[in-house]
Parts: sequence; C-alpha cells; structure tokens
Amino acid sequence: MKFEGEHLLPGQFGHFFVILALVAALVSAISFFLSSRAANETLQNSWLQFARKAFFLQGICILFVFGIIYYLCSQHYFEYMYVYKHASKELEPKYLLACIWEGQEGSFLLWAIWHAVLGSFFLLFQNSIAKRRWQAPVMTVISTAQFFLMLMILGVYIFNVRIGNSPFTLTRNEIAGPIFSQPNYLNFIKDGMGLNVLLRNYWMVIHPPVLFLGFASTIIPFAYAYAGIQTRLYGEWIKPVLPWALFSACILGVGIMMGGKWAYESLSFGGYWAWDPVENASLVPWLLLIAGLHTMVVYQATGHSLRASYLFAILCFVFILYSTFLTRTGILGDTSVHAFTEAGKAINVMIGLFVLFFTLPMLVLFFRHYKKIPAIPAEEATSSREFWMFIGSLVFFLSAVFIIAITSIPVYSKTPFLKDLIIRIHKGPLAMPENAEFLYNKVMVMVAIVIGLLTAATQYLKYKSSPKGYFLKKIVYPTLIASIITIIIAIWYPFTYHKQGAGFLGAIYTAFFATLYSVVANAMYIMVQLKGNLKSAGGSVAHAGFALMIAGMLISSSNKEVISDSRVNGINVPAGKDPMTKQSDDPRENLTLIRQVSTRMGRYEVTYRNDSSGHEKGRRFYGLSFVEKDTATKKVKSSFTLNPDVYIMKDNNMSSNPDTKSYLTKDIFTYISYALNEEKNQDTSHFTLFELAEGESRIYNNGYFVLNGVTKNPSNDKYHFTPNDAALMADITIVTKDSMRYRARPLIKVDGESVLQLDDTLYAQNLFVKFAGVGENRKIKIGIRESSTLIDFVTVKTYIFPYINLVWLGLIIMALGILLSMIRRAGMSTAKGSLVLLLASLGLIYMFLLAN
Amino acid sequence: MKRTHLIILIGIAASIIGLLVYSVDFSTYDTIDSARNKQGKFVHLIAKLDKSQPIDYDPINNPNYLSFYAVDSLGAQTKVVYHNSMPADLAKSERLVLKGKMQSGHFECKDILLKCPSKYKDDKNSIEQAINEQNASN
Repeated sequence: MKFEGEHLLPGQFGHFFVILALVAALVSAISFFLSSRAANETLQNSWLQFARKAFFLQGICILFVFGIIYYLCSQHYFEYMYVYKHASKELEPKYLLACIWEGQEGSFLLWAIWHAVLGSFFLLFQNSIAKRRWQAPVMTVISTAQFFLMLMILGVYIFNVRIGNSPFTLTRNEIAGPIFSQPNYLNFIKDGMGLNVLLRNYWMVIHPPVLFLGFASTIIPFAYAYAGIQTRLYGEWIKPVLPWALFSACILGVGIMMGGKWAYESLSFGGYWAWDPVENASLVPWLLLIAGLHTMVVYQATGHSLRASYLFAILCFVFILYSTFLTRTGILGDTSVHAFTEAGKAINVMIGLFVLFFTLPMLVLFFRHYKKIPAIPAEEATSSREFWMFIGSLVFFLSAVFIIAITSIPVYSKTPFLKDLIIRIHKGPLAMPENAEFLYNKVMVMVAIVIGLLTAATQYLKYKSSPKGYFLKKIVYPTLIASIITIIIAIWYPFTYHKQGAGFLGAIYTAFFATLYSVVANAMYIMVQLKGNLKSAGGSVAHAGFALMIAGMLISSSNKEVISDSRVNGINVPAGKDPMTKQSDDPRENLTLIRQVSTRMGRYEVTYRNDSSGHEKGRRFYGLSFVEKDTATKKVKSSFTLNPDVYIMKDNNMSSNPDTKSYLTKDIFTYISYALNEEKNQDTSHFTLFELAEGESRIYNNGYFVLNGVTKNPSNDKYHFTPNDAALMADITIVTKDSMRYRARPLIKVDGESVLQLDDTLYAQNLFVKFAGVGENRKIKIGIRESSTLIDFVTVKTYIFPYINLVWLGLIIMALGILLSMIRRAGMSTAKGSLVLLLASLGLIYMFLLAN
Repeated sequence: MKRTHLIILIGIAASIIGLLVYSVDFSTYDTIDSARNKQGKFVHLIAKLDKSQPIDYDPINNPNYLSFYAVDSLGAQTKVVYHNSMPADLAKSERLVLKGKMQSGHFECKDILLKCPSKYKDDKNSIEQAINEQNASN
C-alpha cells in the first residue's frame, strides 16, 4: 500500500547516519587500539591518523542524526514514532530540544554527542608531543563507548531480535490500529503526545545537557587509567588527567544540584533532595570522583595512593554505567518517582552488556597489573597531609558504597538465588524501611562530620610530615571562631528537628559545627596562609563552598517548617503528640482555604483570592495572598501574593506546580495539594426570588438582607459605566444569623436586545445574589441562591525553608573553586582562566540565585 | 599510629554502620492477606484501587483524611486510610504501591505511589489505545 503524506527521506538519512556512526566508531576504536599496540612509530602514526579521521566522521554523523531528529520534531512529522511520542503541535519551540531528550533514544544521543565533543577536543587541543602518546589508548575507550551508544539507537534486526531502538521507526510499523490500514492514516493523527507537562520547564532544557556532560566526562579518567596500564607508564597519566577530572567533578556536581534546584522549584516533593534512587545513582559517581581526585593530588605531591587513584577512576565510570542500568531498565519501577520506564527486554540486555563490557575487563586488567603499579612501601606519617587526605577519600568511597548498596535493593530482589535467599531470611521480598530518608541521613550526617573536620584541619598540615606545634598553632584561631559561632547560633537560632530524638539532633549540631569549622578554616587559610592569592586557592575555595552547602542543607532541613498545619489552625481534631519529642509523627500538613476567607497559617493570614487561567489550556493559577501583621500594632509588616498552579493535561493527568516567595534568609514555598475539577463543581440548586423596594428587608434561610438602594450606571470600584449605558446595580447588605454583615452588588444590564446579569458571590457564605429584574411599583427582583455543595476552595501545603540560599551559594563557591584548580592544573593563561571563571560565575549565579 | 591501623579502624566504623543498617527494620512487599497477618508492621502493599467502592475525600471538612478500598491480585480487599491530600490521579491509577501498616481493620497508609497508564510512554498498549481513541473521536 502507498501511504499519503509521509516524509520518509529524512528518516532514511537519519538511519543511514546512525549506521555510519556505528561503523565509524567501531573502525576508530579498532584503529586506535592497533595504534596503541603497534611496534614502531610509523605504524603507530598511520593507524592514529586513520583512527582520528574515523572518530571525527562518527562525531559528524551523530550531529547529523541529532539535527534530523530536531527537524522531524519541529515539523511535527507524526509518521515517526519518536516524534509522535515526544512532540506535539502546541509545544512551544523552546521545548523542542527538551522533548528530544525526554526519551531514551534522545538521551543516549545526547550522551554520545558529549563524548564526541570531548573526544574531538581531546584530539585537537591536546596534541602536544607530551600529551600525544595518550591519544591512542584514551580514544580506544571513548570510541568503544561510542560504538555501544550507537548500538542502543541502531534499530536493526538480527535473527529476529531488534538491536537497539531507532528514533526513526515509523508509527505505523510500531503500533497496531485500524487506521493504519488506510493510505491517508496521517489525516487521523491530529497531534502527538507531546512533552510530559511535568517536564515543561526551563530546567528540562538545561539540566539534561549539563548532567550528561558530567556523565560523559567521567569516561576520561577511566580511559586514562586504562591508558596508564596499557602503556605501562603506570604513574604518568595522573598529571594530564587532573584537569579533566576537575572539570568532570565541577560539571557533574553542578548538574546534580541543578536537578535538586529543579525539584525544589517546580515539583511538589517539598525539597531539593529526597534520596530517590535516580538522584543517588548520579551522586555515587560524583563521590567516587572526588575520592579519586584527592588520591591523584596525593600521588602528584608524594607518590602515594596511585593504586587507589586507579580504583576510584575506574569505579567512577563503572557507576555511571551502573546508574544507566538502574534508571533505564525499569528495574526501579516501584521505588523511584522519576526513572525511565522499561523499553523492552532486548534493550535491557544490551544495557547490561554495555555495563559488563567496560567493568569486567577493566577490573581484570587492574588486578592483574596491581602489583606492577608503583607504591611506596613506607606508610605515610600521621602528621602528614596525604595521610588525612587519603582517609577523607576512603570516607567518600565508603559513603558511596553505602548509598549504592541501599539504592540497589530493587536489584537484589530481581537477582536469581539472592532473591530466594532474601525471601527466606527476611520472610518476604525486601523493601525500604518505614523512614527511608532517615536511614540515609543518619549515616550521611556522620560523613558530614568527618569530612567537615578533615577539610578544615588537613590543609594546615604539610606533605610528608609537619613539624610539631606548627599545626596546633595554626588551627587554634579557626577552631575558636567556629566554636563561638556555633554556640551563638545554637542559642539564637536553635535547630528544632526533634523527630528522630536527641541523639540525632546532637549529630546535626556536631555536623553543623564541623562544616562551619571548615568554612572558617578554609577562609582563614586563603587569607593568612595564601595571603589572598586566589590562583592557588582552588582547593580551599572548593572546600569552603562544599562545607557551606552542607551547612545550608543542615539548617534548611532541620528548621524547615510546615505552616499549613491543620491542627495549628484549629480545624481538625489534634492528633496524638509524642510526649518525648513534643512532635506528632503524623503531621496533618494540608490546609483547605475557602475562597475569600482568610485563614491563619503560621505568621501569615492567607486568603485564596482568585483563580485565573494560564497560557496553556488546562492550566489554572490560584492567587493566594499572604499578609503578615505585627501582633501588637496590627500593622501590615509584609504582604505578597503567591500563584501556585494546577495543570490538567490532555490525558487528564494533573500536575501541581509550586510558587515560592524568596527572601534572602528564607523561602516560603506553597503548592496546591488538591483542587476540584471544574466539571465537578456544578451546582443544581436554584435561585429563590424576592421582590422588594428600596429600604425594605427580607428574611432568607440564613439571616436577612436589606436593599439599600439602586444605582443607575454605577461608576465605582467594581463597575465602570458611562451615562449612555443601561445598567442597574442593587446595593444590598446581608446580615447572617451569626451577625456577620456582607455587601453584595449584583447588576443587570440591557444591551440592545439582550439582558446581561452579573451576579455577586459571597464565597464566605456560599451565597449567590442575582439582580433578577425590575418589578412593579419601583420594586426590584433579587434572586438568592444558597449552595451547600459549591464552595470554591483549594487545599494547599506550605513550607518555610530557612537559609536555603546558603545551599546554592555554597554550590556556586564550590564549583568555582574546582574550576580555579582546573585552570591551575591545566596551566591555562590568566586571561583564559579569568574568562572561564567569569562565564561560569555568571551562569551559576543566574541559574541558582536569580532565575526564579 | 600506622595507616593500616587507621584503615582497620575505619573498617570497624564501616561495619558498625553496616550493623546499624542491618538493625534497620527493612520492610517487605506483601499481599493484603499476608499484611493482615503482620498487624502493626510496616509493609509495602501492591494493589489496585477498588473502583466499585466510593473514594471518601471531603477536603472542606478535613483535607487530611482520604479513604478508599484496595484489592490485590489475589482478590483480597481492604479499606485504606491515608492522612494526607488525595493524589490527583488516584481514580485513574492502574496500580498502587501503598506503604503503611495494617491496623484495627484497615490499612493505615503513610505513602502512596501511583502507576498511571499515561505515564508509560514506552508502553505500546497505551499508545495504541491513545491513537485509536484519537481516531474514534474524529
């Protein structure tokens, strides 16, 4: 059958470029490998030249593939499955890129693009004779990874098994449906499914590229570790790899926290970190990378810790691959809110092979050469800097092991044998405990204490060994200052996290002291020891930033307040309080706000004032006015309006987007936890009609009302008419049984032939007042409708996050500190370095502090 | 103190953490019947919303009380009480993971994880349904 209106040519080109990229990647991987193993220099060079060309070719092909997908999505060619699944006509153009990396295929492609960019940069700009010898082995690894990534989007059948999911498959080949038996089936597909509304957000445009750049860049330390073994130049890869590892640590760290900022800003989890498996899976490689970074620095300075550097560089990338396995195979199904869903058995097997292909041979290689990797037999002195740096790395490594062990619980339940063993011991399939976050927090707070103390003190030690007394003399002031600040804060702004008992609160205070100690000690180190010379202060800046970030997390999480607590506001029966901790374990955190009725919420009087529709169909904003009054004088201290919204999508899924009022020291964060759908909000009760003259009153069910007067063509705060109009407004005072007085001003307007009635609504009383018409003897007809079912309301949840800006500020300082180190280790010129720093700080400050 | 000694110390610390974690009361995935046999114990139920029973949620009187009935694949049924706001997609959900405890005749739920058909973009059946519905509405 010939189908009408299809555009098959771009897809065929796309498919061709995928295959070409796959072949070119394979060819370049083999040639790079042969070059690295070639016996003489001419052979090495000729293979290298050939391999470089093949690598550039696959890079260009990948860019073409991406360009074609972009074109198909922008043209809404729904004959392509990928376009149908991820694009739609109403999608704003700014989300075109986002809808490409929403899907598995697109995000694999994004990853491959970064590999290609990094690889090309490596080939073009690290071409000096000293660095050139690393090209062949390093690029062998990157090209092999490219081969696997292209396999994932290949979509070719071999023995009836589809290898990879191509983004260029046709909807009619994938989906069974009666419409596909008609040649003009495209006429029936009016629109695609589009980008998930939850993801229509500027973070979805910028977070994935940054995070994937972080993921992609971790291959370089891994590849260098391979190169170190392959070339038998066991220790010489550390120097060239350091700037790359620093780059990777910076980008991956920023990428992870961008995800946190996104979750905080636009999702209703109520925080920036939830120990979700997907978050953990990206954190673990970062922890390993930081561990590796420190052992590499130790090796550069002293010759110790080379073997550990190998191990951490290898594990970092291995856990990037493992996180791919966790998030893309659907194995996390029941435990994570934002993992990809399963995309088919074949692809899962392939992802598994990808992980194993890199993990097993590399670990075998590492352990076979373990003895040959040089190590200094004498141990480091306890008074040396490298000793404590190594301890810090070990702590990071152990925390990574801990996090991934817990995160992998769903994997254990799917592993044969292990699964049965667990069921026998545990009497049922293993699941997370009641308070999963606390499980992580109670271990990680210990890590924060150790790391805080180490990053504060270690820099005051010298490499090899420090003279007695030197350390104590230097450390005494930072210790004093940090202790004093901690005591002051403990008195003036105590932590109120009693939920987990006094022991945990003590741990939080200790961790807070440790991180503050680190901030002070690092700041003083830069000022006193380095005399403000920032160029060589990268490490100290990064440590201060990291510690500040953790301190901010401790404050903002410990003193996070839920102010929309129903019990405090007296609507619900109080739940039982724990006599020990004075906290209820089951907070009732939602509060219903009835329209126009102001409700107490913490320090604020909150009123749901109005609702309005947004640009997008189905999106509704709710205007909540917050007023804070001085308790004594009743004067308004501050007032603002928050507009959280609810978005009901085409498929009737609902998403709730919070709104936040940011102050320098706190954020007030609110979202709609429940709102009625409009169609449910239909009322069937009728108006009761009353006829009355000016000054007369009538009794209705719940009180009485007085007609104060009738105004012709009113011009006041509510209506604006001119003398030429024909409008009548009734001014009515309503007094209810409980002696509340309200004013209603319904209006009737004659416009040519038609009559327009504008009812007035007293939401507080559920009362509708209608100007129903004019009667005899100057009387008018007033309609009153009372409704029991129709109450306009929203249910909200509101938090106060104190000092959350410290988290973002700390992150920015840390990222810039790492970049400072990178600039120094890469030997960049002052001008280049300053430019990098300037651009990075502008971008980071905009993203984390201003864009909101 | 030698480095090896310290590493041993850290090893001990790590094993203490290990024990700490081990002492944590990890939960289980259960059916409604097996959860009934573990009254008061925190479990994960995999179940479905019983659509033949009403969902009780009256946010004006109490936004923090939701109750509904759930059935599991073995056909057992239980009342579920959730002291929180109603998840928007509950009525449309295909599968629920309910975390909580069985107590005094109902399941006291602490957390609900919803699986909704439309969130499965990679699920072919739902796409087929979507395309055919689109077609039917024309």
